[in-house]
Amino acid sequence: MESFLERNSFFSHLYRFFDAATPSWLAYLLAASVIVFVLVNGLMLFTMALIYMERRLIGRFQVRLGPNRVGPFGLLQPVADAIKILFKEDLVPVGADRITFNLAPVLFIFPVFLSLAVVPFGERYFLADLNVAVLFIMGVSGLSTIAILMAGWSSANRYAMFGAVRAVAQLISYEVPMVLSLVGVLLLVGSMSMVTIVEGQRLPLILLQPLGFLVFFMAALAELNRTPFDLVEAESELVAGYHTEYSGMKFGMFMLAEFAASVVSSAIIVTVFFKGWEGPLLPSHLWFVIKLFVVLFVLIWIRATLPRLRIDQIMAFAWKVLFPLSLVNIAATAVEVLLWPQPTTAQIWAMVGINWGVTFVSLALWSWLMGPTLRPNMPQLLRGATTGKAA
Amino acid sequence: MTLRTEPVTVNIGPQHPSTHGVFRLRVTFDGEVIQEVEPVFGYLHRGSEKLAEERTYSQVITLTDRLDYVASMTNNQAYVLALEKLCHVQPAERGLYLRVIAAELQRIASHLVATGFLLQDLGAFGTPLMYCFRERERILDMFEMLCGARITHSYLRIGGVFQDAPEEFWPALRIFLHDMPPYIDEYEQLLAENEILVARTKGVGLLSQEMAIASSTSGPVLRASGVPWDLRKADPYEVYDRFDFDIPVGTAGDSYDRFIVRIQEMRQSLRIVQQAVDQLPGGTSVGKVPVRAKVPFFIRPPVGDAYAHVEAPKGELGFYLVSDGSIAPYRCKIRSPSFINLTPLKEMLIGWKLADLVVILGSIDINMGEVDR
Amino acid sequence: MTVALSAQEVGERLEKDLPGAGASWQMDQLQVRPEAVREVCRWLKVESGLELDYLVAITAVDFVDHFEVVYHLASIGRNHSLVLKTKVFGRETPAVPSVVEVWQGADLQEREVWDLMGVRFEGHPNLKRILTWEEFPGHPLRKDFQGA
Repeated sequence: MESFLERNSFFSHLYRFFDAATPSWLAYLLAASVIVFVLVNGLMLFTMALIYMERRLIGRFQVRLGPNRVGPFGLLQPVADAIKILFKEDLVPVGADRITFNLAPVLFIFPVFLSLAVVPFGERYFLADLNVAVLFIMGVSGLSTIAILMAGWSSANRYAMFGAVRAVAQLISYEVPMVLSLVGVLLLVGSMSMVTIVEGQRLPLILLQPLGFLVFFMAALAELNRTPFDLVEAESELVAGYHTEYSGMKFGMFMLAEFAASVVSSAIIVTVFFKGWEGPLLPSHLWFVIKLFVVLFVLIWIRATLPRLRIDQIMAFAWKVLFPLSLVNIAATAVEVLLWPQPTTAQIWAMVGINWGVTFVSLALWSWLMGPTLRPNMPQLLRGATTGKAA
Repeated sequence: MTLRTEPVTVNIGPQHPSTHGVFRLRVTFDGEVIQEVEPVFGYLHRGSEKLAEERTYSQVITLTDRLDYVASMTNNQAYVLALEKLCHVQPAERGLYLRVIAAELQRIASHLVATGFLLQDLGAFGTPLMYCFRERERILDMFEMLCGARITHSYLRIGGVFQDAPEEFWPALRIFLHDMPPYIDEYEQLLAENEILVARTKGVGLLSQEMAIASSTSGPVLRASGVPWDLRKADPYEVYDRFDFDIPVGTAGDSYDRFIVRIQEMRQSLRIVQQAVDQLPGGTSVGKVPVRAKVPFFIRPPVGDAYAHVEAPKGELGFYLVSDGSIAPYRCKIRSPSFINLTPLKEMLIGWKLADLVVILGSIDINMGEVDR
Repeated sequence: MTVALSAQEVGERLEKDLPGAGASWQMDQLQVRPEAVREVCRWLKVESGLELDYLVAITAVDFVDHFEVVYHLASIGRNHSLVLKTKVFGRETPAVPSVVEVWQGADLQEREVWDLMGVRFEGHPNLKRILTWEEFPGHPLRKDFQGA
């Protein structure tokens, strides 16, 4: 207890405040509740900020303004949207399985909040420091697949069913490279605790694990159902995918959970690959937030740029590209850890060089191997055809 | 052990984000693979051909605007040509050049819409669409200068055009002609070499040369399959024989070729517009040279029939007019490219996946106003 | 420039090869008997020197006492065109042989003519209404059609 209080100043301040007036078990409970309350609402705020940022940025990407009417610079737009969505009629289709239908949004949103519990968002600021945090995040985020399947199946809508089936295939496939790409990190740091991972990074791990980062980032994009892997809710094919039949606040919960999942995933990426809260001069929370928004910006940038892949291409990408690449990464890292169990600074920089080399070589090799299947030859246009004669 | 599977029938449309209007496809899927397709038409049928029989010849021009509403200039052009053929009217020279300028600008605008929406169907979240619309907006602004309308122009009249281009039109056109080529290069760089786009469109929705001819397709769909059939070259109407331009032709006949052919055609259209501006009788001065031949207010063509066609952005648009000597057409048949280009749809779709369906449909570039008329 | 074929030349050759077609001609328009349409079309498509491989349009005109079905044909390789017409009498069940097996492009167009004009195309694989719905009363482009 004491060591925990020492490492977690966020908690200990609150605990000491309540401990002065109440029995210690109640103080513990009250402090934890306050933190949970702050976290949940903080995540909501960040999600709203992300929605606003996404809409404004995509507006800029698309040579238009984006929302700018509600409040200064349209800042209150997410609030207006939330109010609108609250008052919308809540429809349940006639053929729907009511219990499953109503349960799905709830089940979809809670893993997002759960995985936030183990993310340290500042120096000595976190809710829990699990020693199996990475496993916990992976396990909990896998639950959303079930929620999507429930939503799609219970809607009694074929678009929704298509979306749900796609989701199951895609999300389960991408969990494999996602977990494997983190193995390199675990080998280097030697712990699954998020706090230890941050403290154990002598260099930001993106330098040491470029291949792992790439694979993790791609897999995270797929897990978040964002372009180019957004075929779970591909609006031009499946209308809205698994949540086609949802309206009102239930739809709002799906949207909220998806955006919140973007925030949480970015937070995990920042923690694991960008040295979490650590940074010079500025306070640690601010560093965390800055890094978080940089990652979110990249997510939005990708969304505004890329078209979508097809289901077979997505599956091929997971199993033929990301999966072997993550194995290459594990092998390279394992050899290095075996060679230099206690690396000096020079040895770490040697690792950086080797890993970047491995990344470039394996990427080149894979694009050479997979290129013909993914990119056929460019067409030859017959120019200068000037008669009506058929070629 | 084999899994017992059941085919699923899904109604794509009439209300669907990617059917480009109220089009409906009854599709049977085996998993994601298309087994059977049945297109259902008619949700936007307004009986344009019947309506034309109850209007005077000049009033029908406004009806043609509403066929392919993203390319009304060429619709006007086809109708007016058929009418001139029926009445043996020789249009004013300057009017013909203004028609060519308008029609080619319209082709660029229509191809921009087609390209933008194809990318939208591919899942590029609006960005390419907005870029394409940025340029289309300038064309629409120029149309507004020409005739005061942006979408339904009714700019063409029998014997020429409705009015001379105003003074401010020419500088706007000059700037546009200067700005547009780099934009087209930009599209080509951004899109044509995008790995995902190539992977999604290359080899998808193949249409062989024989099939394309046999099923009467026209326009970019036919040319992408390797047939250099462009009515501006094959059967030059108006003054198209005075311009120097190429016909881009694809080789494979897949969605990618159709997309590339459209981008190349925009370049050729710019060349034509530039030449038309250079050759324009009367130059850029306003109101010196007549733009419209003298025709009576109520046109009474001699008894007979006439068929005239133009190369509209989507293919061969033809009007078949039958006259009984009165002031209204006895029969006005519209040969609409969007409708007939859908003939080989089944052959193109079966065996592909749901995601390819929207791409193939987008690459054919249909407009429901024209399909259902 | 697409050359309009002389209907007289084509008609004379047609009479030699298919005497039963009842060919007559006027300007660039060739008239045949309705029963012979499919044979004539097949002949026009493969006959050397004609090779009309592209069906531009099929349409029908209601002249009250008869329907005139009009085929606009073109040859992409030779760049010439021909108009083929046939007169169908009777308002109850006017019928013409379908040309879908000659040019697949006739598929949707014949359905459209059937739907709007009420001319049946015998042998069409899927002759259903296309622009209106199955229960629609009458054929809207006929001159005696009474609108709702």
